[in-house]
Amino acid sequence: MAEETITNKPARVFELYKTMSLIRAFEEAAEVAYDAGFVNGSIHQYIGEEAIGTGVCSNLRDTDYILSNHRGHGHAIAKGANPEAMMKELFGRVGGTSGAKGGSMHIADFSVGMLGANGILADGTTMGVGAAQALVLRGVDAIVTVFVGDGTTNRGPFYEALNWSMIYELPVLFVCENNTYASSTVTRSVTAGAGPVARAEAFGMPAFDIDGNDVLAVDELAADLISRVRGGGGPHFLHARTYRIKGHISRDKMLYRPEGETEERWKGEPIGRCAAWLLDNGIGQDELDEATSSAEKQIADAVEAAHAAPFPDAKLAFADVQDIGAPQ
Amino acid sequence: MSEMNQGDAVRIGLAEEMRRDPLVWALGEDLSTAHGGTSGSQYYQLIDEFGPKRIVNTPISENTIMGAAVGAAVAGTRPVADLRMADFAMCAVDELVNQAAKIRYMFGGQARVPLVVRQMIGARKGGAAQHSQSTEAWYVHTPGLVVIAPATPGDAKGLLKAAIRCDDPVVFMEHKELMAATGEVTDDPEAVMPIGKARIVNEGSDLTIVTWSKMALIAAEAAELLAADGINAEVIDLRSLWPWDKDAVYTSVAKTGRLLVAQEAVQVGGFGAEVAADVAENMSDALKTHVRRIGAPRIPVPYAEPMEAEYRITAEHIVAKAKEVAGA
Repeated sequence: MAEETITNKPARVFELYKTMSLIRAFEEAAEVAYDAGFVNGSIHQYIGEEAIGTGVCSNLRDTDYILSNHRGHGHAIAKGANPEAMMKELFGRVGGTSGAKGGSMHIADFSVGMLGANGILADGTTMGVGAAQALVLRGVDAIVTVFVGDGTTNRGPFYEALNWSMIYELPVLFVCENNTYASSTVTRSVTAGAGPVARAEAFGMPAFDIDGNDVLAVDELAADLISRVRGGGGPHFLHARTYRIKGHISRDKMLYRPEGETEERWKGEPIGRCAAWLLDNGIGQDELDEATSSAEKQIADAVEAAHAAPFPDAKLAFADVQDIGAPQ
Repeated sequence: MSEMNQGDAVRIGLAEEMRRDPLVWALGEDLSTAHGGTSGSQYYQLIDEFGPKRIVNTPISENTIMGAAVGAAVAGTRPVADLRMADFAMCAVDELVNQAAKIRYMFGGQARVPLVVRQMIGARKGGAAQHSQSTEAWYVHTPGLVVIAPATPGDAKGLLKAAIRCDDPVVFMEHKELMAATGEVTDDPEAVMPIGKARIVNEGSDLTIVTWSKMALIAAEAAELLAADGINAEVIDLRSLWPWDKDAVYTSVAKTGRLLVAQEAVQVGGFGAEVAADVAENMSDALKTHVRRIGAPRIPVPYAEPMEAEYRITAEHIVAKAKEVAGA
C-alpha cells in the first residue's frame, strides 16, 4: 500500500484491515496448499504479526525500499507485491515473483521496492544500510526499512549495521518484530540485558517500543518515525511486540510451546482487535465481512491461477547465474 | 605507456573509473587516511578528489562492508568493497556467497549485483597463518561469481577497470608481494582488458605451464632455467580464474602435449585441480603424458623462514616438476 493521505481515521484503519486480511488469507491458503503438496519448500507464516508490516508499509512510498527476512510474505503484500505472483512463486510456477527460482523465502518485487525476503538472518540489515548509502549517493529522496525478528538481535552483523547506519547518518528505519520465538527457542531465554530497544539505544539510536498487535498504534508510530527518517533525522528503531501464532515453519508441531499458550495469545491477534475498533468507529459488520470475503476471494483466485500456471522450462535453471562465465 | 608499480596502477585505474561513472565508489578500512589502503598506495589521496561519500572509510565491520556493497549494488550503484586480505574476507563470506552471488538468480533476474570485492591473497614474508592465504578456489567454486587474480601492474589496472564495469559480482584478488612490482601500464583511460583471456608469458613447445597471480612470475623464472637446459616451456598466466581461458590452454596443450599446473595455494582442492581435471578429461588425445600439479603442501602458512620456505613453491620446484613432465 502506498503512502496515503486519508484524513478520515476509520477509512484509513479500514484500509489497514483489508491489507491485514489479505495477508491472513494468503498465509492460510499457503498452508492449505503446502499440506496438499503443492508447495515445494517450507513456508514461514506471518499469521498474528500482520499489523506490523501493514502499519509500517502503509507509510512508505513505492520508491522506498524494504528488506525482509525469511518470514516475508506479509512484508511483500503490505509493500504492494502481487499476491497472485507470490502464490505462483510458492507453487514454483511460471509467473512467480522470482521466476520460480526462489520460492517462499526469496520472494522479491523490485518494482515496488521490495528488495527480497532472505534466508540469512541479519543480512537485510547490512544490505539495507548499503541500499541507503546508494540512495544518498544517487540523490534519491527515499528511505530504507529493514525488518528483522527478535532472534536476529543476537547476530553480530546486526550490530555492525546499527553502528554503520549511525556513523553515516543513513535514512534507515529498523523494525524489530519480536514474535517471542527464535525458531523453537524463547528468545528471552537466550538474550542478555534489557532487550532490543536498549541495545539500539546503546548506539545512540532513537528506539521505540510498541504493542505490535495494535495496527493503529503501529501506523501512528511508523508515520512519525518514517517522517523523521525521511526528514534527515537519521536511523530509527521500532520494536514491535507480537506473537508467532504458527510454528517456525508451517509443519512445525510446536512441541516446545506450553499447552494453551497459542490459544491465549490468539485472543490478542491484530485483525480481531482492529475489527473491534472499526465496529466502534462506524464501520458495519457487513462491511467487515465483505472485506474479508473479498480478500479470501482474491487469494482463492490467486491459488487457482497458480494451479493453472505451468512449471517453468527446466533449462531456465541455467539462466541468470552470471553474464561472464555463464554456465555452458 | 608508463612504468609504475601495481599499487599505483590500480589506484589510477580506480580513479579513472570513478571519474567516468559517478555511481562508482569504494568502501573499506583505512581508505580515508594518508595510509591509502592496505598496500599504502591503492587509495592514496583518492578521498581528496572524490570526498568521503565515494571513498568511504569504514569501521572494522567486514560483514557490513560486504553486505553494504551488495545492498548498494542492488540499489543502483557500483561499489568497490575492499576487505584488505583474503583472510579477513572470510568474515564476509556469507554476504559474498549467500547474497552477492545469489541475488540475481534467486530473485529471478530482477536485480543485478555489479560490485567488485578486493581481497589480497598470497604469502608475504612472515605473514604466517592468518595473513597469507590464497583462497581463490573457494570463490571459483561459487556459481555467480567472477574471479580475477592478475600478476602484472598492467593487467591489474586493465582488469580492475573491467571488473568495475562488469554487471556480475567480481572477486578481485591482488597478490600482496606484487604491489610493489613494476611494469608497463597503459595511460589510456579507456583501455579495459577483457575478463577471461589468458596471457602467454613465454612461448614454448615442450610443455605447457598454466598458472596465475604471483606464480606466473615464478613460472617465467622457471621457464628461463628450463631453457638453459634445452626445455622450452610455454607459460600461461590465466589472469581470470572464472571464467578461465580454456581455449588458450587447449591450444597450448594441443601443441605441447604436456601440462603442468602451478599454484601458490594449497594444492589439495585448489583451482589447479580443476584445470588439470578439465584438460585430462577433454584433451586426452593430445596428452603425451599425464597431467601434473604443483602447489603448496596442506599446512597452514608457518612463520619462521625455514618453515615458511617449506610452504612456498619456487622456480626450482617448478623446474624439477617440469622436467618430470617433459620426460627429461
